[in-house]
Parts: sequence; structure tokens; C-alpha cells
Amino acid sequence: MTAPLLQTRGLSLAFGGVTAADNIDFDLHEGECLAVVGQNGAGKTTFINICTGYLKPTSGTVTFDGHDITGLSSRLITRRGLCRSFQIPQIFTEHTVRECMLIAASSRSSSMSLLRPMEQSSFAAEVDDTLHLVGLSARAHDRADLLPEGHRKLLDVAMALMLKPRLLIMDEPTSGVSSEEKHTIMETLMAALNERRITSIFVEHDIDIVRRYATRLAAWISGRIAADGPPQDVLRDPEVIRNVIGEQ
Amino acid sequence: MRIRLLIAMLVAAALLLPHVQPWLKTPFIMALANGLAVLGAIILIRAGQVSFGSAMFACIAGYAATFAARLWQWDALALIAVGTTAGALLGALVGLFMVRYRGIFFGMLNLAFSMVLFSIIVKFSRITNGTDGLRLPRPTIAGMQLERDVYESVLLVLAVGAAVLCGWLVQRYFRSSAGQTLAAIKTNETRLEYLGISPKRVFWVGYVIAAALCGLGGSLFALTQGLVTPEMGYWVRSAEIVFIAILGGAGHALGAFLGAFVFEFAKLYLAAYIQGAWQMALGIVLLVIIFAAPAGLFGLFARYLPGARANATSPITKGARP
Repeated sequence: MTAPLLQTRGLSLAFGGVTAADNIDFDLHEGECLAVVGQNGAGKTTFINICTGYLKPTSGTVTFDGHDITGLSSRLITRRGLCRSFQIPQIFTEHTVRECMLIAASSRSSSMSLLRPMEQSSFAAEVDDTLHLVGLSARAHDRADLLPEGHRKLLDVAMALMLKPRLLIMDEPTSGVSSEEKHTIMETLMAALNERRITSIFVEHDIDIVRRYATRLAAWISGRIAADGPPQDVLRDPEVIRNVIGEQ
Repeated sequence: MRIRLLIAMLVAAALLLPHVQPWLKTPFIMALANGLAVLGAIILIRAGQVSFGSAMFACIAGYAATFAARLWQWDALALIAVGTTAGALLGALVGLFMVRYRGIFFGMLNLAFSMVLFSIIVKFSRITNGTDGLRLPRPTIAGMQLERDVYESVLLVLAVGAAVLCGWLVQRYFRSSAGQTLAAIKTNETRLEYLGISPKRVFWVGYVIAAALCGLGGSLFALTQGLVTPEMGYWVRSAEIVFIAILGGAGHALGAFLGAFVFEFAKLYLAAYIQGAWQMALGIVLLVIIFAAPAGLFGLFARYLPGARANATSPITKGARP
């Protein structure tokens, strides 16, 4: 078996007396699409924040693509190909959709141009392709703050796609949108990730979404992974049913 | 009317009017020198930051040019280059510290640095002649020793040329990847980090460009006045730069010069007609601008200018587009 793309060993973090990550050993291999479920406060976002450099663990290591990235800044981790999107979309509200994408793409240049207009950037065609891929072509020249929530979510992920990530972690990509729109967003995102062959992790509360799109499921309870495996198996786990899904 | 046509008309007016009314030369050069410093302030405003210490770069530039003129009798063009470089170098140094701060801390730390420079210049009077300042002997321009009137005419042409060139370059910068990323600092610095971009580095580049522009303005100011004093770096001068930026509008480089000309002539006439209360009149003008035209004077014109890319804001209004 190939070496894992993302690996954590003994990852722990406590906020005062609350353990947000409890000695987590975790492997993720290239090509997987992992869903992460758990109640609020179970430590899902803490895990993402540690892996992406926002939080430093009390102990343990994070390895990405064979390199120890524990304690590196989010900027350096991003540049290594581990990118993320956010529960509350992080976009540039005074820029247009296309400008947001071009700014994201410009981070791949070794040096930013000081005088060449951004719209003439060598990334322009790639930006248009990606906007088409996520269904935002028609909104390309709209200001990002005028987009509805679903489109903001797509833009947030699309900006991360411009970095050509090896691994994309999406924190609740369907939260805050209608149940009908959730499936449209996930269909769009999964099609984009499959086309670009990007390994992914997404945090999700909707079990239907998890069943339909994830190839693997990890259930978080009180800062630890209580169950991990194929979605149909994890969803039958009594502890997961009791603590995550709820009695049905 | 397209913006380029408007700029051409303003340039022609700036060059021709002083030939009809020679007394206009000095206020025109002063307005253009101020406008260059304001252009620097607008760059910082793009990133959502307001500096209350920009005048320190103009001051250091003025003194650098004066020392070079007194010690080595250099040509005016070389003195402008020396002043601009001094402003940029000080900006590069101070900027390393400043880019770590935002908002009120950024504004006040700039003010603190500028007052430290002011105090140093005042205290080292053996070298700087203290509050009396230093005289800058009229230098040659391109190797020619000119009479006062011709000297001012050539300085005016240089100032207009510098304003047009810098205005154009700053507009290009605003539209570039670096400029657009600088503007993104205002709305979502965290996201820039998660795109692998260093907001501090992007802001530092903007800060140095802003300091160089202030330095260029300070050099022209010193060459026109023939005298540099610590007052050039006093906090009131920095506040004037912010005032002009709000007055003119931060949406376009032209706003810096519109604001600078209105400020220069308002000060000139108000000081003559309502002695002792001209600051109050300027304050009222600023209040009217903030409430009636938050995107500044340029914002008032922008809607009639199809070529204008007025997409920035004043520091007081987030997100408003003229």
C-alpha cells in the first residue's frame, strides 16, 4: 500500500479542561473522499484547524505527503498542497467573483506582477475553466458579496481549486443552504474534485449527503475518532448511532 | 467625457494657466507635490489602513535632497532621485515593523515614528539647524543654472510630468495582481494566508511604494520652497495628507490631485478672506464631503466618466462604489 497522503500520530489538543483532540491516529490515502461527522464540539473543526496550521497541537505530529508539517503556518501548509474551504465562506467581498479567483491563482506565481493588469494574467483561461466547472461563469463579473450563500460556498471552494491542491478539506460545504440546494452543490463539487483528481475531506451533518458522496466515513466523539471505515459500516456502529446520528 | 480627456485637459490647464497668471506656479507645484504624497496615502487606504505619519517620508526626502545640494551641489534631477530614494529606504525599514499592525495601531504607530523623526531633527540642531531649518540653494536643472522664474516653470513641468507618470503607474499597480491582493487585505487577510499569500509581504511592497511617492512629493516641495524645516514631518502635515485623500477620494489616482488642488486653493483663499478661522472652514468642507460624497470629489465625477475605474472606497465608507 502507498504511503498515506495525510497522517497524524498521537495528535492532542486541549482548551483549558476541554480535550478537543485526544491522541488521534489517522491516515488518509490519495483518491479517498472522507466525510467527517460528529456533534457540535466533537472536535471536527479543531482537527481541520490543526492539520491546516491554524492551531498548534499540544502533542503529536501531522505529516503531509511524507513531510512533517506540524506547527507550520497555514500559508506554508497551503503552499505544500493542503488547502481548505470554510464553514463561513472566506471570500473577498469588495472584489468580483473573477477577481477573487485571479487573486487565488496569482498565489501560484513566484512573484506577483506590479504593473501587469490582473485580467491579463496567464491564469485567466484556467480561472474561466474553473468557474465553468463550478457553475459560476454567469456570475463572474458580480461582486462576491452579492452572491447567494450557495454560490459563496462554491466560490470559496473554487478559490481553493485554483491552488491545484493535492488534498482539499471542506468545512461544512453545504451548511446554511436549503436541502434541495445541498445536493446541487455537492454534485458540482464532487464532479469538480473527480475531474481534477483531488483527494478530499468534508465535514458534514447531513447523513444523506454522507451516504451518497463519501467513500469513507470517520465519526468524531469528544475529540477522538470513534469509528472509521466504509460509510455503511460506520453508520451501523451503535456508538455512532447513539452519539452522532441519534436514535432513529 | 472619458477620463483620459479630462486628465489631458487638467494637464494642459496646469501647464498653461501659470503662463497667464505667474503667481499660480508655486501653489500649483505645491498642490502637485502634496498630490504625490496623497497618492501614497491612497495606496495604504486600498489596504484599509490610514497612516498618520506619511509626512515623515516627505520630510526625510526634503532633508536628504537639501544635504546633497549643500554638500555636493548636485543637480535638481539628482536631488529628486536622492529624496525619493531616501523616502523609499526609510519606508522599507519602518515598513518591516509597520506591516505587523492594522487599524488604529497602524495609524498611531506611524504617527509615533514620524514624531520621533521630528524630535531627532529638532534636537540635532548642530546638523539640522533645528526648527529654523536648512536653506536649499537653488540647484541647476539638467546642468543649467536658471533664474527663479524659469526655474519654477521647469519645476512645474517636472511636477506635472511626475504626477502624470506616477498617477498612471499607480493605476496600473491597482489593477495588477499585487494591487488587487493589497485591496484584498482590507476585506479578508485570513483568506490570503490560506491561499498561500503573505499579506505582510504584499502590504510591505505597498508601504514602500507609498513612502517613495511621499519622498518624491517631499523632494519637489523642498526644491520649490528652497527651505526644509522639521515642520515638513510634523503630525499636522500627515493629517493634511489623510484629509486630502478623503477630500479627493481614494477610488482613482486622479482623486489625490483633485483633492490636493482644492485643498491648496481653499487654504490660500480661506486664509486670505477669513483670517484665523480657515481651519474651521476646511473642517466644515470635510464634514460635507463625508456626508454628501463619501467617495470624495473623484466619486462625484466618476459616474460621468465611462473610463474611470473607481472601485475603491474612502477610509470612512466600506464597500461604497461611486
